[in-house]
Amino acid sequence: MTALLALEDVSRRFGGLNAVDHVSFSVEKGEILGLIGPNGAGKTTLINMITGVHPPTGGRVQFDGRDISKLRPHQIARLGLARTFQIVQPFPKMTVLENAAAGALFAGGAGGLDEAHAIAREHLTFTGLADMADKPAAALTLAKRKRLELAKSLAMKPRLLMLDEVNAGLNPTEISEALGLIRKIADQGVTIIVIEHLMKVVLSISHRVVVLHHGQLIAQGEPREVLSDKSVIEAYLGAKYAAANPRGAP
Amino acid sequence: MKNWITLIVVAAMLATLPLVGNNYLLRLASILCMYAVLAQSWNFIGGLAGYPSFATAAFFGLGAYTSAILQNQGLPMMLAWGTAGLTTLLFAAALGGAILHLRGHYFAIASLIVAEMLREIVNTTPNLTGGGMGLNLPIMRISVEAQARYFFYAMLSLAFLCTATAIVVYRSKLGFGLRCIQQNEDAASILGVNAYSYKTAAFSLSAVFVGIAGAIYASWVNYIEPPDVFDILLAVKPLVMVLLGGLGTIFGPAIGALILLMFEEFVWRNFLTVHAAALGLIIVVLVLFLPNGLLSLLRERFARLRGAR
Repeated sequence: MTALLALEDVSRRFGGLNAVDHVSFSVEKGEILGLIGPNGAGKTTLINMITGVHPPTGGRVQFDGRDISKLRPHQIARLGLARTFQIVQPFPKMTVLENAAAGALFAGGAGGLDEAHAIAREHLTFTGLADMADKPAAALTLAKRKRLELAKSLAMKPRLLMLDEVNAGLNPTEISEALGLIRKIADQGVTIIVIEHLMKVVLSISHRVVVLHHGQLIAQGEPREVLSDKSVIEAYLGAKYAAANPRGAP
Repeated sequence: MKNWITLIVVAAMLATLPLVGNNYLLRLASILCMYAVLAQSWNFIGGLAGYPSFATAAFFGLGAYTSAILQNQGLPMMLAWGTAGLTTLLFAAALGGAILHLRGHYFAIASLIVAEMLREIVNTTPNLTGGGMGLNLPIMRISVEAQARYFFYAMLSLAFLCTATAIVVYRSKLGFGLRCIQQNEDAASILGVNAYSYKTAAFSLSAVFVGIAGAIYASWVNYIEPPDVFDILLAVKPLVMVLLGGLGTIFGPAIGALILLMFEEFVWRNFLTVHAAALGLIIVVLVLFLPNGLLSLLRERFARLRGAR
């Protein structure tokens, strides 16, 4: 397998704060990678660096062998990197269909508005939003807005999809539906990075996990292995707990 | 298709006006078309992209002066109008590059000072522009009635062209991208919209027809001076008209232009001294009670009527 995305020693400073500090890892083609870490660990900053929203202040981001560290967000989007936002970002006054069509038209290579609408409809069906197509996006519930985020991203024909807490704020039924969708997307050959707080979600879905803490990469590997790593337990539950339970969290 | 039919029918009806109207009516209709151009142009950047521009006065004055100076150098009138439009377009593209990264109030303020800057440049270069003395334009050697007709048709054609451009743009990829930017610029660029060039395109579109309108206006009134063509009201009125008619709609600007013009005529005739205060009052009332314009009110009524049936 070859790396689709490779981070080489990337850093991002905001004034005196090292939000992400010399992080290196890579994502293989077809993989589902879990990106976890406590609040403020730098997960979202890392995604913002990859998508060009906040370009790295040090190091390089390579996508499919090409350096994308200096590209602007829309250029990166057109290369096939899509993301969903932790705080959903629909175009509220546009219809659900138009929202998804935007992804197809501007990044997914649709030839015109009609083709974009057709592609959008496919992805709305896939995400279970087809009967909402003509409603304004503002009328959707949170769970459905999250699915709309997914539909928008899929309409971009992504090669790498980054899901920033798509499951936060959802109830257990909604979560298992969302997980089903993510698995289906992965089956289509899309490489996925899942950013999550919910351990259960990460464990059940990821092939591999990367752990950030205070902007630094503290562990990576198989999910089970990583969760029994001492530094990971320290990061989440404190040093005292780690010393008392050397074999990991119950 | 419905939009095209509406546009052609309205324009054709207006075009018959010289057959029935007197010169006063013709002058009003010319101003109406000019206002429609200013409002429709502002709608590209303010309504579609959501960037509240106050640069309309700058574009208008720049077009007027460019054309006036060129005509005094001996360029034929039509050619001078075209060149004025092109100059304004390029100016807006360059200016957009400098200030379109600003958002909201910051952009509004930056766009507001452009007219002041140009006005100062004109004031300090009397050899080229006549400075504070103003500038005379060549007089057409045709009758007063013929002139009135000529400039009415010029303004009407420009308003037609501007609205036709709006119809095309609204249905295009550009229009779609601009609506995305208006609603959430960050999300739009993550979806692959090149926000920077789209905004610059909208800003340039909001300039080119205004520049030509300024050029036609200069020829029409034969004499221009900085306080006239760089008037701040030229930047405020388009916004009022669009808010009156309906933000981001195709015929809202023209409807707003008609309402504002009727209002102005009424207020000027009856309350000459307070017309500026009256204008201020409409803005406040509009923003507070009718943020989506009169067109939206009509549309809601219409929808309710249909629903009741």
